[in-house]
Amino acid sequence: MSIMEYIQMFPFVRYAIIVGLLIALCSSLLGVTLVLKRFSFIGDGLSHVAFGAMAIATAVKLTTNFLLVLPITVGSAVLLLRGGQKTKIRGDALIAMISVGTLALGYLVINLFAESANLSADVCATLFGSTSILTLTLTEVWLCAALSVAVIAVFILLYHKIFSVTFDEEFTAATGNRAGVYNLIIAVIIAVIIVLAMNLVGSLLISALVIIPALSAMRLFKSFKAVTLASVVISVICAMTGLLASIALEAPVGATIVVTDILGFAVCCGLNAAGMRVRAN
Amino acid sequence: MPLISCRDLTLGYDGKAVVSGLTFDVHTGDYLCVVGENGSGKTTLMRTLLGLSKPMSGVIVAERGFDAREIGYLPQQNAAQKDFPASVREVVRSGCLNGMGMRPFYTGEQKRAAEDNMEKLGIADLAGRCFYELSGGQQRRVLLARALCAAGRLLLMDEPVTGLDPQAAADMYDIIEKLNKDGLTVIMISHDIAAALKYASHILHLGEAHAVYFGPADKYSSSVSR
Ligand SMILES: Nc1ncnc2c1ncn2[C@@H]1O[C@H](COP(=O)(O)OP(=O)(O)OP(=O)(O)O)[C@@H](O)[C@H]1O
Ligand SMILES: [Mg+2]
Repeated sequence: MSIMEYIQMFPFVRYAIIVGLLIALCSSLLGVTLVLKRFSFIGDGLSHVAFGAMAIATAVKLTTNFLLVLPITVGSAVLLLRGGQKTKIRGDALIAMISVGTLALGYLVINLFAESANLSADVCATLFGSTSILTLTLTEVWLCAALSVAVIAVFILLYHKIFSVTFDEEFTAATGNRAGVYNLIIAVIIAVIIVLAMNLVGSLLISALVIIPALSAMRLFKSFKAVTLASVVISVICAMTGLLASIALEAPVGATIVVTDILGFAVCCGLNAAGMRVRAN
Repeated sequence: MPLISCRDLTLGYDGKAVVSGLTFDVHTGDYLCVVGENGSGKTTLMRTLLGLSKPMSGVIVAERGFDAREIGYLPQQNAAQKDFPASVREVVRSGCLNGMGMRPFYTGEQKRAAEDNMEKLGIADLAGRCFYELSGGQQRRVLLARALCAAGRLLLMDEPVTGLDPQAAADMYDIIEKLNKDGLTVIMISHDIAAALKYASHILHLGEAHAVYFGPADKYSSSVSR
Protein backbone atom coordinates (compact mmCIF):
# COMPACT_ATOMS: atom_id res chain seq x y z
CA MET A 1 0.00 0.00 0.00
CA SER A 2 1.52 3.35 -1.00
CA ILE A 3 1.49 6.32 1.37
CA MET A 4 -1.11 8.16 -0.66
CA GLU A 5 -3.50 5.20 -0.66
CA TYR A 6 -2.93 4.85 3.06
CA ILE A 7 -3.76 8.51 3.64
CA GLN A 8 -6.82 8.36 1.43
CA MET A 9 -8.09 5.24 3.09
CA PHE A 10 -8.21 6.71 6.59
CA PRO A 11 -9.49 10.28 6.84
CA PHE A 12 -8.19 10.28 10.39
CA VAL A 13 -4.63 10.09 9.09
CA ARG A 14 -5.21 13.33 7.25
CA TYR A 15 -6.31 15.11 10.44
CA ALA A 16 -3.32 13.75 12.28
CA ILE A 17 -0.97 15.04 9.61
CA ILE A 18 -2.60 18.47 9.61
CA VAL A 19 -2.27 18.65 13.39
CA GLY A 20 1.35 17.54 13.14
CA LEU A 21 2.08 20.37 10.74
CA LEU A 22 0.28 22.91 12.96
CA ILE A 23 2.37 21.79 15.92
CA ALA A 24 5.57 22.07 13.88
CA LEU A 25 4.54 25.58 12.82
CA CYS A 26 3.88 26.71 16.40
CA SER A 27 7.02 25.24 17.84
CA SER A 28 9.24 27.08 15.38
CA LEU A 29 7.68 30.48 16.14
CA LEU A 30 9.52 31.12 19.39
CA GLY A 31 12.73 29.39 18.36
CA VAL A 32 14.73 32.60 18.00
CA THR A 33 13.53 33.92 21.34
CA LEU A 34 14.41 30.61 22.96
CA VAL A 35 17.88 30.50 21.39
CA LEU A 36 18.78 34.07 22.27
CA LYS A 37 17.25 34.53 25.68
CA ARG A 38 18.09 32.42 28.68
CA PHE A 39 14.67 30.91 28.03
CA SER A 40 16.35 27.93 26.41
CA PHE A 41 16.98 26.54 29.89
CA ILE A 42 13.34 27.05 30.78
CA GLY A 43 12.37 25.20 27.60
CA ASP A 44 14.51 22.22 28.53
CA GLY A 45 13.34 22.20 32.12
CA LEU A 46 9.70 22.43 31.12
CA SER A 47 9.95 19.48 28.79
CA HIS A 48 11.03 17.37 31.77
CA VAL A 49 8.20 18.76 33.87
CA ALA A 50 5.82 17.82 31.09
CA PHE A 51 7.24 14.29 31.16
CA GLY A 52 6.60 14.00 34.90
CA ALA A 53 3.06 15.30 34.48
CA MET A 54 2.44 12.89 31.63
CA ALA A 55 3.62 9.98 33.77
CA ILE A 56 1.23 10.95 36.54
CA ALA A 57 -1.61 11.37 34.06
CA THR A 58 -0.91 7.89 32.69
CA ALA A 59 -0.75 6.42 36.18
CA VAL A 60 -4.13 7.82 37.21
CA LYS A 61 -5.51 6.73 33.83
CA LEU A 62 -6.85 10.04 32.60
CA THR A 63 -8.53 9.69 29.25
CA THR A 64 -7.27 13.08 28.15
CA ASN A 65 -3.74 13.55 29.47
CA PHE A 66 -3.77 17.17 28.34
CA LEU A 67 -6.09 18.24 31.12
CA LEU A 68 -3.40 17.50 33.69
CA VAL A 69 -0.23 18.06 31.69
CA LEU A 70 -1.12 21.53 30.37
CA PRO A 71 -1.92 23.24 33.70
CA ILE A 72 1.10 21.69 35.44
CA THR A 73 3.49 22.75 32.68
CA VAL A 74 2.09 26.27 32.38
CA GLY A 75 2.19 26.65 36.16
CA SER A 76 5.81 25.52 36.25
CA ALA A 77 6.69 27.97 33.48
CA VAL A 78 5.36 30.84 35.58
CA LEU A 79 7.15 29.58 38.70
CA LEU A 80 10.44 29.09 36.87
CA LEU A 81 10.32 32.58 35.42
CA ARG A 82 9.45 34.18 38.76
CA GLY A 83 11.92 32.02 40.67
CA GLY A 84 14.73 32.67 38.22
CA GLN A 85 14.30 36.41 38.75
CA LYS A 86 13.83 36.57 42.48
CA THR A 87 15.79 33.94 44.32
CA LYS A 88 19.48 34.05 45.03
CA ILE A 89 19.84 30.46 43.84
CA ARG A 90 20.93 31.00 40.30
CA GLY A 91 18.11 30.56 37.82
CA ASP A 92 19.94 27.82 35.94
CA ALA A 93 20.55 25.77 39.05
CA LEU A 94 16.91 26.04 40.08
CA ILE A 95 15.76 24.95 36.65
CA ALA A 96 18.17 22.02 36.59
CA MET A 97 16.90 20.94 39.97
CA ILE A 98 13.25 21.09 38.98
CA SER A 99 13.75 19.41 35.63
CA VAL A 100 15.82 16.48 36.86
CA GLY A 101 13.55 16.16 39.90
CA THR A 102 10.38 15.85 37.84
CA LEU A 103 12.09 13.46 35.45
CA ALA A 104 12.93 11.18 38.37
CA LEU A 105 9.45 11.56 39.87
CA GLY A 106 7.83 10.73 36.54
CA TYR A 107 9.86 7.56 36.12
CA LEU A 108 9.14 6.54 39.69
CA VAL A 109 5.41 7.03 39.26
CA ILE A 110 5.35 5.05 36.03
CA ASN A 111 7.21 2.20 37.70
CA LEU A 112 5.07 2.10 40.82
CA PHE A 113 1.66 2.49 39.31
CA ALA A 114 1.69 1.39 35.72
CA GLU A 115 0.05 -1.96 35.20
CA SER A 116 1.02 -2.17 31.58
CA ALA A 117 2.87 -5.30 30.59
CA ASN A 118 5.36 -3.35 28.57
CA LEU A 119 6.80 -0.74 30.89
CA SER A 120 9.86 0.25 28.89
CA ALA A 121 7.72 0.81 25.80
CA ASP A 122 5.52 3.21 27.80
CA VAL A 123 8.51 5.17 29.04
CA CYS A 124 10.02 5.25 25.60
CA ALA A 125 6.80 6.57 24.10
CA THR A 126 6.66 9.44 26.58
CA LEU A 127 10.29 10.33 26.10
CA PHE A 128 10.62 9.95 22.37
CA GLY A 129 7.04 10.31 21.18
CA SER A 130 4.57 7.61 20.37
CA THR A 131 5.47 5.34 17.50
CA SER A 132 2.89 7.28 15.58
CA ILE A 133 0.96 10.48 15.98
CA LEU A 134 -1.98 8.33 14.84
CA THR A 135 -2.41 7.04 18.38
CA LEU A 136 -3.82 10.42 19.49
CA THR A 137 -7.51 10.34 20.37
CA LEU A 138 -9.92 12.51 18.41
CA THR A 139 -10.34 14.86 21.40
CA GLU A 140 -6.59 15.30 21.58
CA VAL A 141 -6.41 16.07 17.88
CA TRP A 142 -8.99 18.84 18.28
CA LEU A 143 -7.33 20.20 21.42
CA CYS A 144 -3.98 20.31 19.63
CA ALA A 145 -5.50 22.13 16.70
CA ALA A 146 -7.25 24.69 18.91
CA LEU A 147 -4.16 25.35 21.03
CA SER A 148 -1.98 25.70 17.95
CA VAL A 149 -4.30 28.28 16.46
CA ALA A 150 -4.35 30.16 19.77
CA VAL A 151 -0.55 30.18 19.96
CA ILE A 152 -0.26 31.49 16.40
CA ALA A 153 -2.83 34.23 17.07
CA VAL A 154 -1.14 35.39 20.28
CA PHE A 155 2.25 35.37 18.58
CA ILE A 156 1.04 37.55 15.71
CA LEU A 157 -0.69 40.00 18.04
CA LEU A 158 2.38 40.33 20.28
CA TYR A 159 4.99 40.04 17.53
CA HIS A 160 6.56 43.49 17.98
CA LYS A 161 6.51 43.20 21.77
CA ILE A 162 8.18 39.82 21.65
CA PHE A 163 10.85 41.23 19.35
CA SER A 164 11.53 44.14 21.67
CA VAL A 165 11.84 42.17 24.94
CA THR A 166 13.99 39.58 23.21
CA PHE A 167 16.27 42.18 21.65
CA ASP A 168 16.66 44.48 24.65
CA GLU A 169 14.61 43.79 27.75
CA GLU A 170 16.00 46.73 29.75
CA PHE A 171 15.17 49.28 27.07
CA THR A 172 11.70 47.82 26.75
CA ALA A 173 11.10 48.11 30.49
CA ALA A 174 12.79 51.52 30.83
CA THR A 175 10.58 53.11 28.18
CA GLY A 176 7.39 52.21 29.98
CA ASN A 177 6.43 48.91 28.37
CA ARG A 178 5.29 45.99 30.50
CA ALA A 179 8.34 43.84 29.85
CA GLY A 180 7.51 41.59 32.81
CA VAL A 181 4.07 40.82 31.44
CA TYR A 182 5.49 40.07 27.99
CA ASN A 183 8.07 37.74 29.53
CA LEU A 184 5.30 35.94 31.37
CA ILE A 185 3.26 35.55 28.20
CA ILE A 186 6.31 34.22 26.35
CA ALA A 187 6.90 31.68 29.12
CA VAL A 188 3.27 30.55 28.98
CA ILE A 189 3.38 30.23 25.18
CA ILE A 190 6.56 28.17 25.48
CA ALA A 191 4.83 25.89 27.99
CA VAL A 192 1.86 25.39 25.66
CA ILE A 193 4.16 24.70 22.73
CA ILE A 194 6.04 22.11 24.77
CA VAL A 195 2.86 20.29 25.70
CA LEU A 196 1.80 20.35 22.05
CA ALA A 197 5.18 19.22 20.77
CA MET A 198 5.30 16.37 23.27
CA ASN A 199 2.49 14.75 21.29
CA LEU A 200 4.49 14.95 18.13
CA VAL A 201 8.04 14.11 19.17
CA GLY A 202 8.03 13.17 22.86
CA SER A 203 9.53 15.14 25.72
CA LEU A 204 13.23 14.49 25.08
CA LEU A 205 13.17 15.72 21.52
CA ILE A 206 11.09 18.88 22.02
CA SER A 207 14.04 21.25 22.19
CA ALA A 208 15.22 19.96 18.83
CA LEU A 209 11.85 20.65 17.23
CA VAL A 210 11.79 24.17 18.67
CA ILE A 211 15.39 25.22 18.18
CA ILE A 212 16.75 23.57 15.03
CA PRO A 213 14.48 25.34 12.50
CA ALA A 214 15.40 28.71 14.07
CA LEU A 215 19.11 27.90 13.90
CA SER A 216 18.70 26.86 10.26
CA ALA A 217 16.87 30.09 9.39
CA MET A 218 19.52 32.16 11.17
CA ARG A 219 22.10 30.72 8.76
CA LEU A 220 20.21 32.24 5.85
CA PHE A 221 18.61 35.47 7.05
CA LYS A 222 19.57 38.43 9.23
CA SER A 223 16.32 40.15 10.11
CA PHE A 224 13.90 38.99 12.77
CA LYS A 225 10.95 38.88 10.42
CA ALA A 226 12.78 36.92 7.73
CA VAL A 227 14.21 34.48 10.27
CA THR A 228 10.80 33.94 11.86
CA LEU A 229 9.08 33.32 8.53
CA ALA A 230 11.90 31.10 7.27
CA SER A 231 11.94 28.97 10.43
CA VAL A 232 8.19 28.41 10.08
CA VAL A 233 8.59 27.32 6.47
CA ILE A 234 11.59 25.10 7.23
CA SER A 235 9.87 23.53 10.23
CA VAL A 236 6.68 22.74 8.31
CA ILE A 237 8.56 21.28 5.34
CA CYS A 238 10.74 19.12 7.59
CA ALA A 239 7.76 17.95 9.64
CA MET A 240 5.83 17.04 6.48
CA THR A 241 8.79 15.12 5.07
CA GLY A 242 9.44 13.47 8.40
CA LEU A 243 5.80 12.46 8.92
CA LEU A 244 5.48 10.90 5.47
CA ALA A 245 8.87 9.19 5.76
CA SER A 246 7.96 7.75 9.13
CA ILE A 247 4.74 6.29 7.72
CA ALA A 248 6.56 4.89 4.71
CA LEU A 249 9.46 3.45 6.72
CA GLU A 250 7.32 2.51 9.72
CA ALA A 251 9.82 4.49 11.79
CA PRO A 252 9.06 6.43 15.00
CA VAL A 253 7.58 9.83 14.12
CA GLY A 254 9.51 12.05 16.54
CA ALA A 255 12.96 10.76 15.74
CA THR A 256 12.29 10.89 12.00
CA ILE A 257 11.14 14.52 12.17
CA VAL A 258 14.14 15.56 14.24
CA VAL A 259 16.52 13.84 11.84
CA THR A 260 14.80 15.65 8.97
CA ASP A 261 15.24 18.93 10.84
CA ILE A 262 18.94 18.21 11.16
CA LEU A 263 19.17 17.47 7.45
CA GLY A 264 17.40 20.79 6.87
CA PHE A 265 20.02 22.50 9.03
CA ALA A 266 22.78 20.92 6.95
CA VAL A 267 21.11 22.14 3.76
CA CYS A 268 20.89 25.70 5.18
CA CYS A 269 24.57 25.61 6.16
CA GLY A 270 25.37 24.52 2.60
CA LEU A 271 23.24 27.31 1.12
CA ASN A 272 24.91 29.82 3.43
CA ALA A 273 28.39 28.71 2.35
CA ALA A 274 27.36 28.77 -1.31
CA GLY A 275 25.85 32.24 -0.87
CA MET A 276 29.06 33.55 0.67
CA ARG A 277 31.06 32.16 -2.23
CA VAL A 278 28.73 33.84 -4.72
CA ARG A 279 29.01 37.16 -2.90
CA ALA A 280 32.81 36.88 -2.69
CA ASN A 281 33.11 36.47 -6.48
CA MET B 1 6.01 71.30 39.73
CA PRO B 2 9.24 69.72 38.47
CA LEU B 3 9.06 66.88 35.97
CA ILE B 4 11.35 64.78 38.15
CA SER B 5 12.35 65.58 41.65
CA CYS B 6 15.03 63.64 43.56
CA ARG B 7 15.29 63.97 47.30
CA ASP B 8 18.30 62.76 49.28
CA LEU B 9 19.00 59.78 47.06
CA THR B 10 21.59 57.21 48.06
CA LEU B 11 22.63 54.90 45.26
CA GLY B 12 24.74 51.78 45.50
CA TYR B 13 25.00 48.04 45.14
CA ASP B 14 24.74 45.26 47.70
CA GLY B 15 24.55 47.64 50.64
CA LYS B 16 27.59 49.68 49.59
CA ALA B 17 26.82 53.28 48.69
CA VAL B 18 28.35 54.74 45.56
CA VAL B 19 26.92 58.23 45.92
CA SER B 20 24.63 59.77 48.53
CA GLY B 21 22.75 62.94 49.38
CA LEU B 22 21.62 63.61 45.81
CA THR B 23 18.94 66.26 45.71
CA PHE B 24 17.96 67.93 42.47
CA ASP B 25 14.99 68.81 40.23
CA VAL B 26 14.53 68.52 36.52
CA HIS B 27 11.87 70.78 35.00
CA THR B 28 10.13 70.39 31.67
CA GLY B 29 12.37 71.83 28.95
CA ASP B 30 15.59 71.47 30.95
CA TYR B 31 18.76 70.13 29.36
CA LEU B 32 20.70 68.48 32.18
CA CYS B 33 24.22 67.20 31.72
CA VAL B 34 25.57 64.74 34.29
CA VAL B 35 29.35 64.74 34.47
CA GLY B 36 31.93 63.10 36.71
CA GLU B 37 34.78 60.65 36.57
CA ASN B 38 34.51 56.93 35.77
CA GLY B 39 32.74 55.03 38.49
CA SER B 40 31.17 58.09 40.13
CA GLY B 41 27.68 56.65 39.71
CA LYS B 42 26.32 58.43 36.63
CA THR B 43 25.00 55.31 34.95
CA THR B 44 23.64 54.06 38.26
CA LEU B 45 21.75 57.34 38.69
CA MET B 46 20.24 57.10 35.22
CA ARG B 47 19.20 53.49 35.71
CA THR B 48 17.58 54.47 38.99
CA LEU B 49 15.65 57.30 37.34
CA LEU B 50 14.42 54.74 34.81
CA GLY B 51 13.33 52.30 37.49
CA LEU B 52 15.85 49.67 36.41
CA SER B 53 17.56 49.71 39.81
CA LYS B 54 16.26 50.73 43.21
CA PRO B 55 17.78 53.53 45.30
CA MET B 56 19.16 52.46 48.68
CA SER B 57 17.29 55.37 50.20
CA GLY B 58 15.62 58.62 49.21
CA VAL B 59 12.73 59.28 46.87
CA ILE B 60 12.15 60.11 43.23
CA VAL B 61 8.89 61.87 42.44
CA ALA B 62 7.61 62.42 38.92
CA GLU B 63 5.15 65.10 37.90
CA ARG B 64 1.55 63.98 38.08
CA GLY B 65 0.47 62.70 34.68
CA PHE B 66 4.00 61.89 33.57
CA ASP B 67 4.19 58.36 32.22
CA ALA B 68 7.24 56.15 31.60
CA ARG B 69 5.87 55.60 28.10
CA GLU B 70 7.04 59.13 27.28
CA ILE B 71 10.69 58.25 27.92
CA GLY B 72 13.40 57.58 25.38
CA TYR B 73 16.62 55.90 26.56
CA LEU B 74 20.07 55.31 25.14
CA PRO B 75 21.99 52.76 27.25
CA GLN B 76 25.76 53.03 27.73
CA GLN B 77 26.27 49.48 26.54
CA ASN B 78 24.53 47.54 23.82
CA ALA B 79 22.42 44.91 25.50
CA ALA B 80 21.75 43.02 22.29
CA GLN B 81 23.61 39.80 21.80
CA LYS B 82 25.91 38.97 19.00
CA ASP B 83 24.18 36.91 16.32
CA PHE B 84 20.77 38.40 17.05
CA PRO B 85 18.96 38.53 13.72
CA ALA B 86 17.56 42.06 13.58
CA SER B 87 17.63 44.67 10.85
CA VAL B 88 18.39 48.30 11.62
CA ARG B 89 14.83 49.24 10.70
CA GLU B 90 13.38 46.65 13.07
CA VAL B 91 15.53 47.95 15.93
CA VAL B 92 14.68 51.60 15.33
CA ARG B 93 10.97 50.85 15.04
CA SER B 94 11.00 48.98 18.33
CA GLY B 95 11.43 52.41 19.94
CA CYS B 96 7.83 53.16 18.90
CA LEU B 97 6.52 50.31 21.05
CA ASN B 98 5.67 52.57 24.00
CA GLY B 99 3.35 54.64 21.80
CA MET B 100 1.47 51.62 20.54
CA GLY B 101 -0.99 51.08 23.39
CA MET B 102 -3.19 48.06 22.75
CA ARG B 103 -2.63 48.09 19.00
CA PRO B 104 -0.72 45.05 17.74
CA PHE B 105 1.08 46.80 14.85
CA TYR B 106 2.84 50.11 14.18
CA THR B 107 0.84 52.87 12.57
CA GLY B 108 1.95 54.51 9.32
CA GLU B 109 2.81 57.60 11.33
CA GLN B 110 5.10 55.64 13.65
CA LYS B 111 6.83 54.01 10.70
CA ARG B 112 7.38 57.46 9.17
CA ALA B 113 8.80 58.74 12.47
CA ALA B 114 11.25 55.83 12.46
CA GLU B 115 12.34 56.63 8.89
CA ASP B 116 12.71 60.33 9.81
CA ASN B 117 14.91 59.54 12.78
CA MET B 118 17.11 57.24 10.69
CA GLU B 119 17.40 60.04 8.13
CA LYS B 120 18.34 62.56 10.84
CA LEU B 121 21.11 60.32 12.17
CA GLY B 122 22.47 59.49 8.75
CA ILE B 123 21.68 55.78 8.89
CA ALA B 124 18.85 55.67 6.34
CA ASP B 125 21.07 53.79 3.91
CA LEU B 126 21.74 51.13 6.56
CA ALA B 127 18.03 50.42 7.19
CA GLY B 128 18.09 46.94 5.71
CA ARG B 129 21.42 45.90 7.21
CA CYS B 130 21.83 43.49 10.07
CA PHE B 131 22.35 45.33 13.38
CA TYR B 132 25.23 43.23 14.68
CA GLU B 133 27.20 43.52 11.46
CA LEU B 134 27.54 47.31 11.87
CA SER B 135 30.51 49.17 13.32
CA GLY B 136 30.38 50.33 16.94
CA GLY B 137 29.63 53.94 16.00
CA GLN B 138 26.93 52.90 13.54
CA GLN B 139 25.29 50.77 16.22
CA ARG B 140 25.29 53.75 18.62
CA ARG B 141 23.49 55.83 16.00
CA VAL B 142 20.88 53.11 15.50
CA LEU B 143 20.19 52.95 19.24
CA LEU B 144 20.05 56.75 19.34
CA ALA B 145 17.41 56.70 16.58
CA ARG B 146 15.47 54.12 18.60
CA ALA B 147 15.70 56.37 21.68
CA LEU B 148 14.37 59.34 19.67
CA CYS B 149 11.41 57.22 18.51
CA ALA B 150 10.56 56.44 22.14
CA ALA B 151 11.07 59.94 23.56
CA GLY B 152 7.74 61.71 23.95
CA ARG B 153 8.65 64.15 26.71
CA LEU B 154 11.92 62.98 28.22
CA LEU B 155 15.13 61.71 26.64
CA LEU B 156 17.83 60.03 28.75
CA MET B 157 21.17 59.33 27.11
CA ASP B 158 24.18 57.60 28.61
CA GLU B 159 27.28 58.94 26.82
CA PRO B 160 25.63 59.52 23.44
CA VAL B 161 28.74 60.87 21.68
CA THR B 162 31.14 58.15 22.86
CA GLY B 163 32.18 56.23 19.76
CA LEU B 164 30.82 58.77 17.27
CA ASP B 165 33.11 60.50 14.79
CA PRO B 166 33.41 64.32 15.22
CA GLN B 167 30.91 65.09 12.45
CA ALA B 168 28.34 62.60 13.79
CA ALA B 169 28.85 64.01 17.29
CA ALA B 170 28.26 67.59 16.08
CA ASP B 171 25.14 66.45 14.21
CA MET B 172 23.92 64.68 17.32
CA TYR B 173 24.31 67.85 19.43
CA ASP B 174 22.41 69.83 16.79
CA ILE B 175 19.55 67.34 16.72
CA ILE B 176 19.26 67.27 20.50
CA GLU B 177 19.42 71.07 20.70
CA LYS B 178 16.55 71.39 18.24
CA LEU B 179 14.43 68.80 20.03
CA ASN B 180 15.13 70.52 23.34
CA LYS B 181 14.05 73.90 21.90
CA ASP B 182 10.81 72.19 20.84
CA GLY B 183 10.16 71.27 24.46
CA LEU B 184 11.79 67.85 24.92
CA THR B 185 13.45 67.47 28.32
CA VAL B 186 16.96 66.03 28.04
CA ILE B 187 19.18 64.29 30.59
CA MET B 188 22.57 63.36 29.21
CA ILE B 189 25.64 61.74 30.71
CA SER B 190 28.80 63.05 29.11
CA HIS B 191 32.55 63.35 29.50
CA ASP B 192 32.61 66.22 27.01
CA ILE B 193 32.60 69.18 29.44
CA ALA B 194 33.03 71.81 26.73
CA ALA B 195 29.91 70.64 24.88
CA ALA B 196 28.04 70.29 28.17
CA LEU B 197 28.78 73.93 29.00
CA LYS B 198 27.78 75.03 25.52
CA TYR B 199 24.44 73.20 25.20
CA ALA B 200 23.15 72.26 28.65
CA SER B 201 20.93 74.43 30.81
CA HIS B 202 21.93 72.60 34.01
CA ILE B 203 24.88 70.55 35.17
CA LEU B 204 25.07 67.85 37.82
CA HIS B 205 28.65 66.96 38.72
CA LEU B 206 29.07 63.73 40.69
CA GLY B 207 32.25 63.48 42.72
CA GLU B 208 33.51 60.97 45.21
CA ALA B 209 30.49 59.89 47.27
CA HIS B 210 28.63 63.21 46.80
CA ALA B 211 27.41 65.67 44.22
CA VAL B 212 30.06 68.36 43.74
CA TYR B 213 27.78 70.74 41.88
CA PHE B 214 24.20 71.06 40.82
CA GLY B 215 22.93 74.23 39.19
CA PRO B 216 22.73 76.27 36.02
CA ALA B 217 25.41 75.57 33.43
CA ASP B 218 26.59 79.18 33.23
CA LYS B 219 27.56 79.27 36.92
CA TYR B 220 29.37 75.92 36.73
CA SER B 221 32.93 76.94 35.77
CA SER B 222 33.24 79.67 38.40
CA SER B 223 31.85 77.40 41.08
CA VAL B 224 34.09 74.41 40.34
CA SER B 225 37.32 76.36 39.82
CA ARG B 226 36.88 77.91 43.24
N1 LIG C 1 25.97 45.79 38.66
C1 LIG C 1 26.82 46.28 39.55
N2 LIG C 1 27.08 45.61 40.69
C2 LIG C 1 27.93 46.10 41.63
N3 LIG C 1 28.56 47.28 41.51
C3 LIG C 1 28.36 47.99 40.39
C4 LIG C 1 27.47 47.55 39.37
N4 LIG C 1 27.46 48.47 38.38
C5 LIG C 1 28.29 49.44 38.77
N5 LIG C 1 28.83 49.18 39.98
C6 LIG C 1 29.76 50.04 40.72
O1 LIG C 1 29.12 51.27 40.98
C7 LIG C 1 30.01 52.35 40.76
C8 LIG C 1 29.39 53.34 39.80
O2 LIG C 1 29.22 52.75 38.52
P1 LIG C 1 28.57 53.54 37.30
O3 LIG C 1 28.45 52.61 36.18
O4 LIG C 1 27.33 54.22 37.77
O5 LIG C 1 29.70 54.64 36.99
P2 LIG C 1 29.71 55.76 35.86
O6 LIG C 1 29.75 57.08 36.55
O7 LIG C 1 28.61 55.56 34.89
O8 LIG C 1 31.13 55.50 35.18
P3 LIG C 1 31.57 55.61 33.62
O9 LIG C 1 31.98 57.02 33.39
O10 LIG C 1 32.75 54.70 33.55
O11 LIG C 1 30.45 55.15 32.78
C9 LIG C 1 31.31 51.75 40.26
O12 LIG C 1 32.24 51.79 41.31
C10 LIG C 1 30.97 50.34 39.90
O13 LIG C 1 32.04 49.50 40.25
MG1 LIG D 1 28.49 55.00 32.91
